[in-house]
Amino acid sequence: MHPVEVFLTKGGTYFAWIVQGLPETIKVAICAVLFALVFGLVVALVRMTRWRALRLPAVMYVEFFRGTPAFVQLFVIYFGLPDLGYQPSPFQAAIVGLGLNGAAYFSEIYRAGIESIHKGQMEAALTLGMTPIRAMRYIILPQAIRSMLPPITTVAILLLKDTALVFTVGIVEILALSRQLVTETLQSGVVYPMAGAIYLCMTIPMARLSARLERAKQAWQ
Amino acid sequence: MNPPPQLSPSPMNPLLRIAGLHKSFASLEVLSGVDLDVARGEKVSIIGPSGSGKTTLLRCINYLEKPTSGHIYIDGNLIGEKQTNGGYVHLSDRELAKERQEIGFVFQRFNLFPHLTALGNVTIAPQKVLGLSKEEAERRGREMLEKVGLSHKINEYPERLSGGQQQRVAIARVLAMQPKLMLFDEATSALDPELIGEVLRVMRQLAEEGSTMVIVTHEIQFAGEVSDRVVFMDQGKIVEQGPPRDVLISPQQPRTRDFLKHLQDR
Repeated sequence: MHPVEVFLTKGGTYFAWIVQGLPETIKVAICAVLFALVFGLVVALVRMTRWRALRLPAVMYVEFFRGTPAFVQLFVIYFGLPDLGYQPSPFQAAIVGLGLNGAAYFSEIYRAGIESIHKGQMEAALTLGMTPIRAMRYIILPQAIRSMLPPITTVAILLLKDTALVFTVGIVEILALSRQLVTETLQSGVVYPMAGAIYLCMTIPMARLSARLERAKQAWQ
Repeated sequence: MNPPPQLSPSPMNPLLRIAGLHKSFASLEVLSGVDLDVARGEKVSIIGPSGSGKTTLLRCINYLEKPTSGHIYIDGNLIGEKQTNGGYVHLSDRELAKERQEIGFVFQRFNLFPHLTALGNVTIAPQKVLGLSKEEAERRGREMLEKVGLSHKINEYPERLSGGQQQRVAIARVLAMQPKLMLFDEATSALDPELIGEVLRVMRQLAEEGSTMVIVTHEIQFAGEVSDRVVFMDQGKIVEQGPPRDVLISPQQPRTRDFLKHLQDR
């Protein structure tokens, strides 16, 4: 049968099967993004600290995780860590693997955003008796967040798509179920495009949101 | 180096003491040994040509710039460092922040927080630094904005204010912290000529109320009117200082004369 014919007759059944993986995909994506958002901020702050000895590891971290495939990072964590005596669960490996990867990108976004704020803002906050941390929290970050949001969304989209890698460590998400289905039906030409379509249904609204955030003006602008 | 003078908080001691201050940026020496005492309630204006080190001096007072050598005391307390058996060590961020609460700084370019309203600008530090309640901070904030004549602008964002209004909000922001000492770094230099007057009026009012002020300025006439003392700096050193009449009308040093003559010729 021609794939189009298969799609028309079996599409609904196939979809119902694949989409069972959606909650797992979303769960991994959200957890990885949250992990990356928080850890990325830590990395960014460490990279901007005045202590050189701290900055260097942060720079190495960013270079390593941006310069190697997420796939390799995931394997190092899931198959490499046990050699050091710790066996992460598939879920832990997925979150940490994708999260560390995303944090490297987020940290650079934060850093660029923070550095785009005029240094007079930090100085004014300091002269009012704020510590650098407080100044960051109440003065710098609230201003920097606007320019950060669009690139943050872009990286979040990348992370969502990269969740397709985590079937390799045994998580049953969209791609894992698609592969099972293909093994049974041999209909790669139908099943995989359908899986792709499910990702698109999530990434297109996210990209739209990003564009809107970029245009949205704050009350003070 | 001479041992630093030991000071304690007492009405007899100067509120601000600058002792043997040197500051270099890389190989460029900007301050070459400045000593200056400012008494409680005293108004001191610092004048001098561009690049004479006035702004750097002011920035060293609250440690926005770290002195290369020399020490700053407010009320007898060392600023930015503390003494240990072996010498001096820099304060932690938290300790330094605590000291800075007592030193107000008004910037040439205002540096208002653009994401906060006028009232937000004035209340954020009292709330987050002094720990006042929102109501208490706002009560104080409104009072300070009223003092600088901006009661009708409390909910405006800085973007919507003129330069003169922005600078007055910046002064109110400093006042809300009730500092012991206020530093003005060319507070009117970034303003259009017609907006200078409103800022100078506020500064004059503060002077009359007895605030201790150190004012770096190019407004020679203003300096003469409000100051108890005028300090003329050139090439990182204090060249001449004294009552405004002496320094501005009958300066003793040729460099002071040249500078003042130059201003008149402008």
